[in-house]
Order: sequence, then C-alpha cells, then structure tokens
Amino acid sequence: MSIINLLKVAITAIMSNKFRSFLSMLGIIIGVAAVIIMMAIGQGSKESVRAELSKMGTNLLTIRPGARMRGGVRQDPSAMQTLKMADYESLRNEGTLITNVSPEVSSGGQAIYGAKNTNTTIYGGSPEYMDIKLWKLKEGVGFTEEDVKKSAKVCIVGTSVVEELFGSKDFDAVGKTIRFKSIPFRIIGILKSKGYNNWGMDQDNVIIAPYSTVMKRIAAQTYFNSIIVSALSEELSEKAIDELTEILRRNHKIKDEAEDDFTIRSQQEMMETMGSTMDTITVILVVAAAFSLLVAGIGIMNIMLVSVTERTKEIGLRMSVGARGIDIMSQFLIESIMISLTGAFLGIGLGYGGSWLASNVFMLPSSVPFWSVGLSFCVCAFIGIFFGYVPARKAALMDPIEAIRYE
Amino acid sequence: MQTDTKQKEAKVVIELQNVRREFRVGSEVVKALRGVSFKIHEGEFVTIMGTSGSGKSTLLNQLGCLDTPTSGEYILDGTPVRKMRRSERAVLRNRKIGFIFQNYNLLAKTTAVENVELPLMYNKQYSAKERREAAVKALQAVGLGDRLDHKSNQMSGGQMQRVAIARALVNNPAVILADEATGNLDTRTSFEILCLFQELHRQGRTIIFVTHNPEIAQYSSRNIMLRDGKIREDVLNENILDAAEALASLPKQQDD
Repeated sequence: MSIINLLKVAITAIMSNKFRSFLSMLGIIIGVAAVIIMMAIGQGSKESVRAELSKMGTNLLTIRPGARMRGGVRQDPSAMQTLKMADYESLRNEGTLITNVSPEVSSGGQAIYGAKNTNTTIYGGSPEYMDIKLWKLKEGVGFTEEDVKKSAKVCIVGTSVVEELFGSKDFDAVGKTIRFKSIPFRIIGILKSKGYNNWGMDQDNVIIAPYSTVMKRIAAQTYFNSIIVSALSEELSEKAIDELTEILRRNHKIKDEAEDDFTIRSQQEMMETMGSTMDTITVILVVAAAFSLLVAGIGIMNIMLVSVTERTKEIGLRMSVGARGIDIMSQFLIESIMISLTGAFLGIGLGYGGSWLASNVFMLPSSVPFWSVGLSFCVCAFIGIFFGYVPARKAALMDPIEAIRYE
Repeated sequence: MQTDTKQKEAKVVIELQNVRREFRVGSEVVKALRGVSFKIHEGEFVTIMGTSGSGKSTLLNQLGCLDTPTSGEYILDGTPVRKMRRSERAVLRNRKIGFIFQNYNLLAKTTAVENVELPLMYNKQYSAKERREAAVKALQAVGLGDRLDHKSNQMSGGQMQRVAIARALVNNPAVILADEATGNLDTRTSFEILCLFQELHRQGRTIIFVTHNPEIAQYSSRNIMLRDGKIREDVLNENILDAAEALASLPKQQDD
C-alpha cells in the first residue's frame, strides 16, 4: 500500500476512536510538554546565570584559599587561612596584567539604627573593591587608602539596608551613624541598586567597609576570605592567572612539585562550573520527565494491542484481498507513530505555552532550546515505532483464515 | 453435450492434484482433505457442497490460497501454490481471486466505493484515479451505481453483499470464491444475489460457490459434493434453473 493510503487509513482509524486516541496521546502530550518545560527552564537558568556572571565583569579573577576541592573532601581549616596581607601587597605591587586588586573579608550580622535593625552582610575591601565588583555610588563618596590605613569606621550601604533602617529606599542616609555588631559606622556613601540576582539574593542588602576595619573590629581575623582582581582584559585572564599563581607560590614558598594552596578562578570558569551544575540539574529533571514518556509509550502499546484485537476481522479481510504481512505491519506502525507524533506536536505546543507561563507568570528564566523540539520529535517517533512494533507484529502474523472468522 | 465440448476448449483455471491437508490437534492427526483432485475451467459456475466436517471450509481455504496443502499440488491459473511463501500468496490472492463472504466483511464507516477499492490498494499498478474508476465500474455492474458514497452501515444486507461482490470483481480475478454468500440473506434477496451470480456466469466469469444449501446447486453449472474429505460426486448440471424466474415466482413481500 502506498504511504499516502497508509496515512489515510491511519487517520481514519484514529478519528473513528477520537476519545481513545486522544487519551493515549495525552501521555505523550504531557511527557513532551514536561521535557520541553524542564529543558526550557534549565536553559533559561543557565543563560541568566551567564548574564549575571558577566554583569560582575568578565575580567574578574577570584583567588580563594585552599587547593581545588576534590570530590567534596573537607580540607584542614588552616588551609583556608593562606591569603594574607603580604599576598595582597605583592599582587598589587608586582602584578603587571591586572588593574585593580582588593581583598575581601565578609561577616554576617545585625545592623542597627535607632529602634530599627536588619540582618545583613558586611564586606571589607580596598578602595578598588567597588570598581572590581562594578558597584556604583548613588550618593556620597567611597572610602580611601587613608581610611584603610586608619581602619576608619566608615561604610557604604546598599539601598535595602537604607530602606530597612531608615524606612525608605530614597532616604539620604549619608552622615548617619549605624551600628554593625555594636561597632558604630558612619555612612559616607549609598550604592546604586542592583536588585535581586537569579538565585533570589537581594544584592542591595550589603554594607561595604575598608577591609582593615572589618578584619580588626568585626571578624577579628588576620587572613582574607578571598582576593579579587581585575585582569587587564578578558583575553588576558589566563595569562594574568599564571602571573598571579607565580607570585603567590613564591610568597607561600611552595616547592615545584607541591600543589597550590590557593585557587584562582576566572569568570569564564565560574560560568562553566555553574553551567555544568545547571546541566546536571537539568538532566535529572529531563530524565524524570522522560520517564513519563516511557509510560506514555506503554499506554500506546496497550491501546494498539486492543485496537489490533478489535480489528482482527478487518485484518483478516485485508489479508484475504491481498495485504501482505508487511502491509498490515506498516498500517499499525504508522498508526502508532501518528498517535505519538501528534502527541509530540501538541506536547511541544503545550511546552511552549508552559515555558511562556514560567517566564511571564512565575518569573522563572526559561527559553525553549530549539534542539529540544527536534529531540522530542525524534524520541516520539522512536516511541511510536518501538511500542507500536509488538502490536503491529501481532497483527501481521495473524492467520487470515482465523482472523476473517473472528467474532 | 454442448457444455462438455465447451469445457474442453476452455482454459483450466484451477487444478487440484491429489490435495491432502492434515491438521495436528494435540497428539491426533485430523485428515481434513484426503486426496482431492479436480479441474475447473474458465467460465464454470461450480457449487461445492458438503455437510459441516466434510472438509469444504478447508478446501475453500486451499482454493483461496489462504492455506497450502500438506501434500499434492494446487495450480491456480498456471501458478503452483504449495511452495509459495505467505507474502507471495497474498499477492496471488490480490491478482487472481475475488472473495465473497457470508457476512459481507465490509470495512465499517467506509463508503461503498472505498470498500470496493480496497483490493486495488494493495496493487501498486493502479493509480488513485484508475482505482476509483475500476471501483465505480464494478459497483455499476452489481447495480449500485447510485450508491457509491453510501457507508456500509447505511445499506441493507443485500446491498452490502452487492458491494462485497463488486469488491470481488474489481481486480478482474481468475476466479470468484463465494463462501455461503447468500447465507445471511432472506429468500428474496438470496435470489437477487443468485441472479447476479448467474449474470456474472453468463459474462464468462469463473465462480466457485461453497455452500451447504443444496437448492443453490440447481442454479450452477457444476456440482461437487464433498464428504469426509473426499469428493463423493462431481456432476455437470444439465438443467440449470434461472434464478430470475424463481425470483419472479416468489410471493410478494407482505409489506408491499
């Protein structure tokens, strides 16, 4: 039988049992939609994380204490205290491929003004800290080397802190004195708002102060949590990493064969790491959704088996008038492929709709990767063939003599 | 003996040579056909009769290439069938045989013309247009030229059987095999269908009509009687009755 006639026969068969066909399609529709939505959210999150990280400056390098983590093995706490003042100074003096350097020390705690308080994090840095992190001032000024030297009790606050402590985002808090962990800080500047990041963190809920102040008066530590550096350009990042590594190894007197006791990551590497984490999550979600496709396939097989039994007489007749086994087989295979592909088609539509809802109603970053549509289609075609094969074969192997007399 | 001379000139369409068919049922062997031989020439209208268990269904399956003999040979229109593969036999059925069944076996929710087109669907030599034309012609031949697009559930038993006959004619087969073709019909409609068969016979078609009803034998040109898997009687009918006359002599239907 020609392919056009086979398609016609399949359409007739599907249409003569509309509700039943729809129900067996439903599994595919839901499965495909779930896969597409999961992939869309995975892809969307990955894209927005990338955007987020590049907003932080693509030439940003982060130096953290401790060797690279291997399989989650916990490291000696002393290994986390390897970045010292001397490192910061040598990097600043000897680094040729970098523009700005700043240590970073942070501490969480309560900020108080009058009767109001809020939980926030204080970050200690050098005067260059704001440039590296791409913070801009809305009001006031930044702190200076002088402030760092004196461990001055000055700070720059984010708008969320202003809102919590002074009642309004727009309050001009410059000159006011707040307390952080009972230490008084004079506000000298207010940060321009950055809003929430994609992990739902309020980026404006921060206080920035000279690192010396934070280290001595609040955290009581002599080491840095990290050192952040701006490379001259994104392209020079790798070379800058080599240079910084050399300086730090020399400072830390690390022998040739020994491993670094610090880790330098470029923003690209961060993106890749974040990306691969996202990928893992996406794969898990998609696999879960794909199982529903498997179940849908079994549903199709079930309904096709019923259909073959119901149409035994028709099969007998077709064979009597000259249908070969292969003709009957193709007829039922095409029917099951058509059910699953129609389901795929509707599922893709539903997936697009769901992805739209996710991004426009639930504010989840979501974008349907084009290849996921192609993949869904291929998977469904495969499901149609795979789960249609057993019923189709059953039909093809029928004995026409018995089939035609079947009641 | 005009028929006899006519037969000798005519081509042999069906030839059975000592055909045996055995079935294994559990540990027993059932011999359904125990050596059946006959020839059927082009243009014959043969009834094959026998009680149930006589082997007539088995013989019909052999003649229709739905089954193959355990031993012996069956030659259909010059083609030996016994060693053919399943798919080859399907093609042979498609080209050489027209089946008519007791319960019509039309496709549900399908129009008359589509039902008649069905055998040609499995023949790639026909284009969609040729298929349609052949189907319309066959339906006109059975007197249903005005009901091409009626669906099977909108037709009476007699009409459905006419559609089935048209379907059996559409591939211009070497032989038409009818299995109790009037079994489900009332007397009047049965005669109408018999008229149609006689008409086809007059046009030179080869017809084999399998039935347990001895009455039908009177309207055919040759009768083969089966019993216990063997031919008990094979006679030419010297006095063929005219089904049209029988139809005319039937009492009028009550509701007329």
